[in-house]
Amino acid sequence: MNRDAALRLTAFDDVSPRPAPPLIRTCCLSVHYGAKTAVRDVELDIAEGAVTALIGPSGCGKSSFLYSLNRMTDLIPGCRVTGAVRIDGTDVCEPGVDTVLLRRRVGMIFQKPNPFPMSIRRNIELPLKEHGVRGRARRAEVVETVLRDVGLWDEVKDRLHAPAQGLSGGQQQRLCIARALALEPRVLLMDEPCSALDPIASGVVEDLIRRLRGRVTLLVVTHNLAQARRIADATGVFWVRDGAGALVEHGPTDAVFERPAAEETRRYVTGLHG
Amino acid sequence: MSRPINDTLLVWGLRACGAVSGSVVLLIAVFVFKEAWPALREIGPLRFLGADPSWHPVEGVFNLTPMAAATLAVTVGAVALAAPLGVLSAVFCHAYAPRWAAGAYRRLIELLAGVPSVVYGFWGLVVLVPLVAQWRPPGASLLSGVLILAVMILPTVALLSEAALKNVPRDYARGAAALGLSRWATLWRVVLPAARPGIATGVLLATGRAIGETMAVLMVCGNVVQLPGSLLAPVRTLTANIALEMGYAYGVHRSALFVTGVLLLALVAGLVLLAEWLSRGDVRGTAHG
Repeated sequence: MNRDAALRLTAFDDVSPRPAPPLIRTCCLSVHYGAKTAVRDVELDIAEGAVTALIGPSGCGKSSFLYSLNRMTDLIPGCRVTGAVRIDGTDVCEPGVDTVLLRRRVGMIFQKPNPFPMSIRRNIELPLKEHGVRGRARRAEVVETVLRDVGLWDEVKDRLHAPAQGLSGGQQQRLCIARALALEPRVLLMDEPCSALDPIASGVVEDLIRRLRGRVTLLVVTHNLAQARRIADATGVFWVRDGAGALVEHGPTDAVFERPAAEETRRYVTGLHG
Repeated sequence: MSRPINDTLLVWGLRACGAVSGSVVLLIAVFVFKEAWPALREIGPLRFLGADPSWHPVEGVFNLTPMAAATLAVTVGAVALAAPLGVLSAVFCHAYAPRWAAGAYRRLIELLAGVPSVVYGFWGLVVLVPLVAQWRPPGASLLSGVLILAVMILPTVALLSEAALKNVPRDYARGAAALGLSRWATLWRVVLPAARPGIATGVLLATGRAIGETMAVLMVCGNVVQLPGSLLAPVRTLTANIALEMGYAYGVHRSALFVTGVLLLALVAGLVLLAEWLSRGDVRGTAHG
């Protein structure tokens, strides 16, 4: 955290003191597609190093919210974001923000694994090269480190030059996570990272998410309530209110599931209680 | 359970279509070989491939290599010019141009693809050849042929490259953006490599068209039978040779022109095999496992 940002964060926190300043704070964050509002006025604080699950029915704006955090919404024609996203004290919605740098620090994993059509090694080396990591030996070191981090090293160390598309779905997703980790992001946004995977591969990715807790700040959109309970420190519940998605509840995962405050949450999580 | 009658009709209809188009190609090849056979038997393939000093069919001298060399030189030159231009214009349309400019440019390229080759040749004859002649006479030369052919095959390369770029899954571009790759890196390191098989197909189709093009090259190349010693030397291609002499050839001479055709067929077949081989490599590289 640079000093300037730290100062601003401190100033911000004077208004409403908290024990540890949140890494991410959204204020009145709304996402619009043309005239339609997908998410309205989301106020959410995310603690550094925590795993936060975002749950809720389809079409309630969880993914739109997630995409606005690293400005992936810029790529969607007609999409407009209002409000503020302060990450480490900097409002990333300001027009002057360098999105290349932002996305290096706030990585993203998609529902469908999307390794590039090139070798396993090159999938990780390409972003490293583009972000100025010089030296073949240094890059090889990072490739091994991150592949070990995601538990893929022993499975692929003998075929790093093989096409990444030849891996299984779960392996591909872990490769994508490794590729994102290689850039040492502070935040990793995951948009239903397990929903295209079989239960076993999904379990492996879940374990990986648990291992990353503390090292990276994770936001995970999921439709799997049991998974949210297993992996998340905090949970946010999105629901459609007045024709737009809204954050209806947010707090420690146990509290959200055991003592939901909002009526929608109670109905939604009873599915879990049976 | 029997198949519905519609399905049966469709299957047999498709089989018939396949059989007709397949047998037409086969019959043409057989016919060309049959017509070329007397000359091949009488003169022998070696004399066509360089044992004779030159091409004077009436005097019984039948060396085809200068013309094969001219065909290859014109083709390679045109592809060397058109491939980068076409691919870059596709990249421009796909990633950089504003929507209206891309649309207008695409219409223009499509129009270019529809111009008949004799019109290109005519334009070359009255505009391009005099221009080259002003610089270095005589004007009708390998260079003129290369330039005309390059313009003719540019649309093929550009349109197929753009289609290939469009077919690259958006997931790749999105993934690249999420990794903080610049637009440059996304395009050159991720999207273009992914589009490479389609672009290669476009370039090979364009090459095929360049090898086979007759009228335009005949009108601007000068048609002197000689090994292309310089860009400014007039040359005669295999296709032009057939078109120029077919009208008055008879006997062995006529048969020798069919040998020219066989050589052309062999060149094109070689190209097709090369394309197959290249695309097989690509399939293996990107197959889902």
